Amino acid sequence: MAFEPRIVGFLCNWCSYTGADLAGTSRIKYPFNVRIIRVMCSARIDPTFVLKALSEGADGVLVCGCHPGDCHYVEGNYKAMRRYALLKKMLRSLGIEDDRVRLEWVSASEGVRFAEIVADMTEKIRKLGPNRIKAELIHDRAER
Amino acid sequence: MADKKLQIAIYWGAGCGGCDVAVLDTNEFILDVADLADIRLWPIAVDGKYRDVEHMSDAELDLTLFNGAVRNSENEEIAKLLRRKSKIMVAFGSCAHMGGIPGLANLCKKEEIFKTAYLDNPSIESRNQVIPYPQTKVAVGELEIPTFYKRVFKLDDVVDVDYYMPGCPPAPAQVKAVLLAVVGGKLPPKGSVVGASDRSVCDDCQRKKNEKKVSRFYRPWQIIQDFDTCLMEQGILCAGSATRGGCGVRCPNTGLGCRGCYGPLPNVKDQGAKLLSAVASVIDSKDPKEIERILAGIPDFVSVAYRFGLPASMLQRSFQP
Repeated sequence: MAFEPRIVGFLCNWCSYTGADLAGTSRIKYPFNVRIIRVMCSARIDPTFVLKALSEGADGVLVCGCHPGDCHYVEGNYKAMRRYALLKKMLRSLGIEDDRVRLEWVSASEGVRFAEIVADMTEKIRKLGPNRIKAELIHDRAER
Repeated sequence: MADKKLQIAIYWGAGCGGCDVAVLDTNEFILDVADLADIRLWPIAVDGKYRDVEHMSDAELDLTLFNGAVRNSENEEIAKLLRRKSKIMVAFGSCAHMGGIPGLANLCKKEEIFKTAYLDNPSIESRNQVIPYPQTKVAVGELEIPTFYKRVFKLDDVVDVDYYMPGCPPAPAQVKAVLLAVVGGKLPPKGSVVGASDRSVCDDCQRKKNEKKVSRFYRPWQIIQDFDTCLMEQGILCAGSATRGGCGVRCPNTGLGCRGCYGPLPNVKDQGAKLLSAVASVIDSKDPKEIERILAGIPDFVSVAYRFGLPASMLQRSFQP
């Protein structure tokens, strides 16, 4: 069977989730590979969530929030931006390819943009192939 | 052998011996321990052979304090042997608890480690490059040394562990308290972290804490610090906010940021992720480029985030192509 990436998408309630909703109600087609989890704000996304998703086999993690300056909670997306910058550095050192984890700003009116982001990310991860972290750990434990 | 005496073993896996010294650092209390207990195996301090342990009946030992991580087959074999012979198995110190400093070796492949250690190193003579193999044939037969594993494991990856005692090394006062709890039979539920508090290092830290806005990170030697103010506020990395307390705030009190050796707080799955959140949140900028510039002051964040706990982290290290 062909490899279909599984992407966990954390979307903020106010802009990005509404944007994804717009993509749906506008009948825009985009890959089914993203599984969306609605959170109240992109700042709600603890780096633990991203690590957990990856450690349990997600092939990619997409985080979407309001554009800078548009956060419903004024500064939440800036906090997400800072965390993301450091998280990317750490993930690189841990052997996670850059294309697997992505932060994007999607407003409530950007249904098309959301669809494009998901399509682009899905294709990039398809090229990378499946996330093998879990299998690798199990293998190294068994083989020592 | 008096019947009521506690039977204990203290063993080191892949460790530095600092945990053994922490037991000795209980000073004259160690003499009371010798009165209360028979030390049946403690390679660093008293005589005792593996064979003697093998000849014990199962659960003959009351307590094993196992320090050090599991790096090779000998560490694992003795861990399993002591587990079988002990009623209580304590992962003693950061290495047994979370992998510790040896766990940072998991950032590299075994082959890379061997290359640096045995082949490609300025201190190795060019004619003396030897990689050790587990089996070697010599005239009289085959010699065997322990096998070096692909990864460093924490103790509970290979055996069932009853209690975890964090610290690099555990604070002597805590060692004493835990030993007395064992003697008194006052033990918490299995799986508990003992000899530590349930609150963060910051909670015990006396430095003044204000709002944190950092526009540059410093190594401790790059700045003359104010000893009354929170280190993070001054741009010095400190893991205190993501680390369990109980150590007595040893590092921040001497001017260094907390290293994180007591491990994650209760209910936290990944210490590094929590520290990442804390560090990122003090950055004083909303501009991605400026944020990158400030973060360039932390060249190797992964080793800060998981200084003592890479083998206990969620992701560990992936070598997928």
